[in-house]
Amino acid sequence: MDQLLQQIINGISLGSIYALIALGYTMVYGIIKLINFAHCDVYMIGAYIGFVCITSLKLGLIPALLIAMAICTILGVLIERIAYRPLRNATRIAVLITAIGVSLLLENGMILIASPQVRVYPQIDGLLAKSFDIGRITINMKQVLILATTIILMILLQFIVKRTRIGKAMRAVSLDTEAAQLMGINVDTTISFTFAIGSALAGAAGVLVGVYYNSINPLMGLLPGLKAFVAAVFGGIGIIPGAMLGGYFIGMVETMVAGYGGSMFRDAVVFAILIFILIVKPTGLLGKNVREKV
Amino acid sequence: MKKILKAKGFKMLTALVLTYIIIQVLVSTNIINDYMQATLVTIFINIILAVSLNLITGYTGQFSLGHAGFMSIGAYTCALITARIPTTWGFILGVLAAAIVASIAGYLVGLPTLRLRGDYLAIATLGMSEIIRIIFINMDDITNGAAGLLTKRFVNWTWLFIFTVITVYFISNFLKSTHGRACISIREDETASEAVGINTTKYKVMAFTIGSFFAGIAGALYASYFYVIKPDIFNFNKSVNILVIVVFGGLGSLSGSVVSAIVLALVSSFLQAFSDVQMILYSLLLIIIMIFKPGGLLGSRELSIAMLGDWRAFIGEKFKALRSRKEKKTTAKEDLDNDPVENK
Amino acid sequence: MTLLKINKLTKSFGGLTAVANVNMEINKGELVGLIGPNGAGKTTVFNLLTGVYRPTHGTITLADGSQEIALEGLKPHKICSKGLARTFQNIRLFKELTVLDNVRIAMHKNVAYGLLSGFLHLPSFKREEDRLVEESLRLLEIFDLADKKDELAKNLPYGEQRHLEIARALATKPKLLLLDEPAAGMNPAETMRLSEIIKRIREKFDLTILLIEHDMSLVMKICERIYVLDFGMVIAKGTPEEVKTNEQVIKAYLGEGVEDA
Repeated sequence: MDQLLQQIINGISLGSIYALIALGYTMVYGIIKLINFAHCDVYMIGAYIGFVCITSLKLGLIPALLIAMAICTILGVLIERIAYRPLRNATRIAVLITAIGVSLLLENGMILIASPQVRVYPQIDGLLAKSFDIGRITINMKQVLILATTIILMILLQFIVKRTRIGKAMRAVSLDTEAAQLMGINVDTTISFTFAIGSALAGAAGVLVGVYYNSINPLMGLLPGLKAFVAAVFGGIGIIPGAMLGGYFIGMVETMVAGYGGSMFRDAVVFAILIFILIVKPTGLLGKNVREKV
Repeated sequence: MKKILKAKGFKMLTALVLTYIIIQVLVSTNIINDYMQATLVTIFINIILAVSLNLITGYTGQFSLGHAGFMSIGAYTCALITARIPTTWGFILGVLAAAIVASIAGYLVGLPTLRLRGDYLAIATLGMSEIIRIIFINMDDITNGAAGLLTKRFVNWTWLFIFTVITVYFISNFLKSTHGRACISIREDETASEAVGINTTKYKVMAFTIGSFFAGIAGALYASYFYVIKPDIFNFNKSVNILVIVVFGGLGSLSGSVVSAIVLALVSSFLQAFSDVQMILYSLLLIIIMIFKPGGLLGSRELSIAMLGDWRAFIGEKFKALRSRKEKKTTAKEDLDNDPVENK
Repeated sequence: MTLLKINKLTKSFGGLTAVANVNMEINKGELVGLIGPNGAGKTTVFNLLTGVYRPTHGTITLADGSQEIALEGLKPHKICSKGLARTFQNIRLFKELTVLDNVRIAMHKNVAYGLLSGFLHLPSFKREEDRLVEESLRLLEIFDLADKKDELAKNLPYGEQRHLEIARALATKPKLLLLDEPAAGMNPAETMRLSEIIKRIREKFDLTILLIEHDMSLVMKICERIYVLDFGMVIAKGTPEEVKTNEQVIKAYLGEGVEDA
């Protein structure tokens, strides 16, 4: 029983990371129907920025987090501007390939700049190094940090999407781009803003991963990115609560599979979930069925 | 006699024989040395992969990101057979088995993913390819896991040449038949295709099966030349590379895939010189091409021998087309300037 | 004799009932019209007949010689092989393909060579391909499209695109042809030509035709019988004269003062 609870705690941390990354995928897909392959690399860059802030600039955790989020925001907006916007009216395959190109560019750029070697986040002393016990379960302060940060960011996100004008614009554009335009919404700005938020969240996830798992490398985004995407699809691609739900679900399942001895197959299980959901309900858990008009 | 000379097939045959002779000469005189031969073999393997993927994605419109998975099934099947029967006949058996097993995999992938469109299908095929790779890593006793399998070389570039020609021949024939047209109609408009009596399910699965058949052959050839195969060779990156070749050449153009495979391999070896920045330049190239010419080199047109023979007329036509486009632009502008209606 | 019998046909999408208890009978050789306001469910009926939708209730029965075939629940390509062909309200041509290819593809189910011959281009392949081209050109000539056979379908003017869709439907050798607003967007002269073509192909190919149309001049002129649909239900049926003077139809759709065709 204790094992189970411990695994659940671990699963929540992993799930938080996946949820943060999945949100970026789902929002971008919702608004321009693009699988942003470069998203996982923005996450990786966030981790590196955090690394630089903490080691070279000797900043604290919160400043590092905020700076990483800020720079990732700019990066995300730039990518959209330069690589995706010119292809707004091109075929889906063309944009997808471009996204793959951007992803490769970021990965190999980072290999060139920072070397392919694994870097290690320094140990953060003080509060974060502590952990406390509830009964026979150990909870790490870092896990608390991840959960707290994730919850704060998600609340912020919900607020922006539901209560602000730009949030309403985001929802409108993802429902019907042309109609939104006719209603006077600046579609370009809205799309940029979507990328901005998604990238900020990914940047945050990157720093949190650096703090929690300690090691970072230029290709660290690939597998988590793929799994986060599975999470987004599972919950319902394009649906924000779906990404949150999916993130925690995948994180939990993966932790359970690994924790109970199946660590060989932890990755395969996630992909099997993907295939399953695509066959049974491609619109995801929270998705609606959209019928094509003949 | 004249009729034979004029037949389209004859021209193509002559071109192929000439190409073979030229390459053979270059190889014998060591202008194409051993290192470059590896590139040559890679080009042929990539042509087979690109052409078979083009059938699935370019012609039938089924977006597949898992082609490397089929290749890996072919590679391992052939390697395991030639390990037990290390002769040329063993290799031939290996290639056949590779193709068949890979095509069964293609069938099994095609069936459940039928209802999916576009991006969803892409991700599903990606997922399946990853599952295949993970399974191969974990089947230690059979595949030696992540360390990989050692193989012997059973082929030289002539084998590759022959297999490539056979592949392109069969796929090209298929596409020019009513079955190929049925596949193309699915890409164009699936609902209309069903309405005119085409069993779209059957043909989508058929496209996957045929495409994976040849991917299996490519895998078997890879395993029989390069001495070692590992699951990581056949990862998502490989699938992407094949897709890039197809898109760069033009979805829906077989000759585009051939040209593209050659050009990209040459670009890649040229960039070897700058090995640090090679991948960076490659990805930049990708982005730039997609932004400026997303249809690829040839779009959905085909290069034909006739075109090569009639190059003067071909170039003349291109000039005419350019000039008429320029004229249209200038007359349109003049029309706007001379518009009698005031546009405040 | 009855070719197609539709009995209590119903289709609901969640809470919305698009087609409710529709009964129709179409006799061999007839030219029947299906009219009604927008959203009445006319195209939905077509989609049900051709298998795009599955009926919620009801049956669709096709008479094939002495046999009766139930069509509900069959897939679209199966229904096509039983002898139903259609055109679409919003043109669904194979846009990037040539005019010839659009028609050729529709002949697929009647092609006499198999996969092996397709791969190897055996003599049977050559023979059949020549036959396909010949027959396609003959069909295209009826619509004056034969000289545009190598033109891309998307480059054709609108009226010719509509003609091409009909030619493509004819290529499947149907018994029953369903035309969904074939005259949409056509001027009176083009509509006249279309009515001539429809009458001609009915005779030439021994067709039965069911026609959705808003252009009353066309409908009243060539249809022998008309069904009127409103809110998914049949509110009137009969000859053009009967329907024209039916009060319910006038209120729901035609309006006062319908011109004589």
